[in-house]
Amino acid sequence: MEEQVFTISVYTENNPGLLNRIATIFLKRHINIESLNVSRSEIENVHRFTIVARMTETNVKKLVGQIEKQIEVIKAYYHTDDEIIFHETALYKMASNLLFEQREIQNVIKNSSANIVTVHPDFFVIEKTGRRKDTEALHDQLAPYGIMQFVRSGRISISKTEMKISEKLKNF
Amino acid sequence: MEHPIPKNKTTEIISGAEAVVRALLEEGANLAYGYPGGAIMPIYDELYKYQDQLNHVLTRHEQGAIHAAQGFARVSGKVGVCLATSGPGATNLVTGIADAQIDSTPLVCITGQVASHLLGTDAFQETDVISISAPVTKWNVQVTKAEEIPAAIAKAFYIAKSGRPGPVLIDITKDAQLGQLEYNYEKCTGVRSYEPIPKTSEEAVKAAAELINSAKKPFVIFGQGVILGQAEAAFKAFVEKSGAPAAWTVLGLSALPTDHPLNVGMVGMHGHYGPNKLTNECDVLIAVGMRFDDRVTGSLHTYAKQAKVVHFEIDPAEVDKNVKANVAVLGDCKTSLEMLLPYIDTNNHDAWHNEFKKYHEEELKAVIEPQLKPTKEGLTMGEVINQVNKETNGNAVVVSDVGQHQMFTVRYANFTTTRSNVTSGGLGTMGFALPAAIGAKMGAPEREVVAFIGDGGYQMTCQELGTILQTGAAVKIVVLNNEFLGMVRQWQQLFFDKRYASTTMINPDFIKLAEAYDIKAAKVVKREDLAAAVKEMIASKESYFLEVMIEKEDNVFPMVPTGACVSEVRLS
Repeated sequence: MEEQVFTISVYTENNPGLLNRIATIFLKRHINIESLNVSRSEIENVHRFTIVARMTETNVKKLVGQIEKQIEVIKAYYHTDDEIIFHETALYKMASNLLFEQREIQNVIKNSSANIVTVHPDFFVIEKTGRRKDTEALHDQLAPYGIMQFVRSGRISISKTEMKISEKLKNF
Repeated sequence: MEHPIPKNKTTEIISGAEAVVRALLEEGANLAYGYPGGAIMPIYDELYKYQDQLNHVLTRHEQGAIHAAQGFARVSGKVGVCLATSGPGATNLVTGIADAQIDSTPLVCITGQVASHLLGTDAFQETDVISISAPVTKWNVQVTKAEEIPAAIAKAFYIAKSGRPGPVLIDITKDAQLGQLEYNYEKCTGVRSYEPIPKTSEEAVKAAAELINSAKKPFVIFGQGVILGQAEAAFKAFVEKSGAPAAWTVLGLSALPTDHPLNVGMVGMHGHYGPNKLTNECDVLIAVGMRFDDRVTGSLHTYAKQAKVVHFEIDPAEVDKNVKANVAVLGDCKTSLEMLLPYIDTNNHDAWHNEFKKYHEEELKAVIEPQLKPTKEGLTMGEVINQVNKETNGNAVVVSDVGQHQMFTVRYANFTTTRSNVTSGGLGTMGFALPAAIGAKMGAPEREVVAFIGDGGYQMTCQELGTILQTGAAVKIVVLNNEFLGMVRQWQQLFFDKRYASTTMINPDFIKLAEAYDIKAAKVVKREDLAAAVKEMIASKESYFLEVMIEKEDNVFPMVPTGACVSEVRLS
């Protein structure tokens, strides 16, 4: 079976030890976590981990089973890219003089639908949200001008089909 | 010094440490094993006050404490409790926690921790036991406030014993133990993110029955799930009605009496000949409460490929983990087997049973008879175990350590009663047996408890002879001494051209060692002395140590070499 990218969504109680427990499940199987995001979810006091990793479907099923086995995990799901809407956000810190001395940089920003989130006398910060290839492309375009700092968030995703998490909690 | 638990639910102000002890009593735990130290002293001070109600057994090492708690839990079906201090006390529990996790043993481990203001400062005896124990606990939690103690303990007991049982750990900072709280205990009845027992589907049960009824060569493999689910009667009824031959995993042993006509022996690496051979000939494989461990399956690529698989299992993560199931029946196996029974056709499968008998005859001649009726001069482990069978009529709790003697014990010990086989199956922890036997005796004081231990494993935890001395636990200890780390030596002989690297043992005088602890002791070197020595040991009302010198280079057979196919099982 071929390896592919899966997005794993884990709904959990708010317990600081859980990140450790979930990470261990990947580590034990030598599966590299490509990105990880933790946030609140649509349900009060329920947290949501969004984990991106590459493996076979057989293995992702087993892995999700092991994650769900953790006491404070409410439910875990896995999806392929075509089953979800997903984004990442990247921030690029650039020198402010570029805005005036290298006018074409303004076109790069405009054409890539990126936003300038702040301008300081010394630097300005560009924000770009999209797929990995979009934030990468902008990175490559900006690189020749000198990127002072670059950072990209973990993937966040919404599934097209319902994840019946509220129903599960109601049954309790 | 009486501190009766007030019957009315009015709250009172007590310390966190007292709340720990009171909570243990509320959960019915009146026995705990442990070892004191700085960060858990407030709890020990309360144990002193409550000693009339809660018996704390001081072991000689924290590993001894947790293995004793495991032995207690395995025979009694109750939650085992152990206590240790922070730092080394806590880390010394880790092997036992890992053992309990892989063998699904319900334990509540309570560790003291440095005061909360010192957390993260590398304080004296500070260890991050929550992180260390996370991968090997069913659940763990650190408590830093006195008022959180009752709920944490209630949740710990609930999680340890419900569903697929396992060890939990509560780490309690010293300031939480010393702090005051309004005490009001409520048992935990559920955790919203945790479904202990998945619901059994009627459709799955029917589909399972259909497959089982259609089988010409059905074969049952049962594991500890039958024991943990208290499903022995339902299981026996199912096996008898279906007429299917039933084989056990190491941990399933004793769920069905040894002499039951449908009990065909053990599967796996040192299992019986027929069950291994015929795993690859059955048409329907019925797995009950077992998890297809690699020691059971050998190579998965060639494991029972011809068979349809029905898997009765409480833990959804075990389904399709190693062997794909055609029908998975989730749930508690007592419930699912009881649901299954009415759909099962009465059958006997005589021709199929004869195939097991034929293989058994071969194994009898090649392996079993040379063990039980040896013609060579040296004593065999099998004949010692068989001699104990004769004296106990198979009614004893049999504890074994890890290695060759363990495989001989599970192969040759007879069982009439469930929850009688106590051994470290999944983790293979040498040093398990002596402390586990102490716990087993306390879990079933009216029963005979015999521990078979190798000369290697015995020396890993023989400090617990001190616990026997102090408690008077009347365990019978049989050291099967071949002056080798026998199992490793066997592999060196078979797979490493007899290069016996670090497996020969120069041993101390075990008799003197036992006598130093005031334990009656005897040594058998010749066959003619064996029967009388075993008789005397079993007749003893007190603890007894028996050392038997064994043929040095005997091997355990049958054997499925690592990674081989189960049907390639070797008789020599």
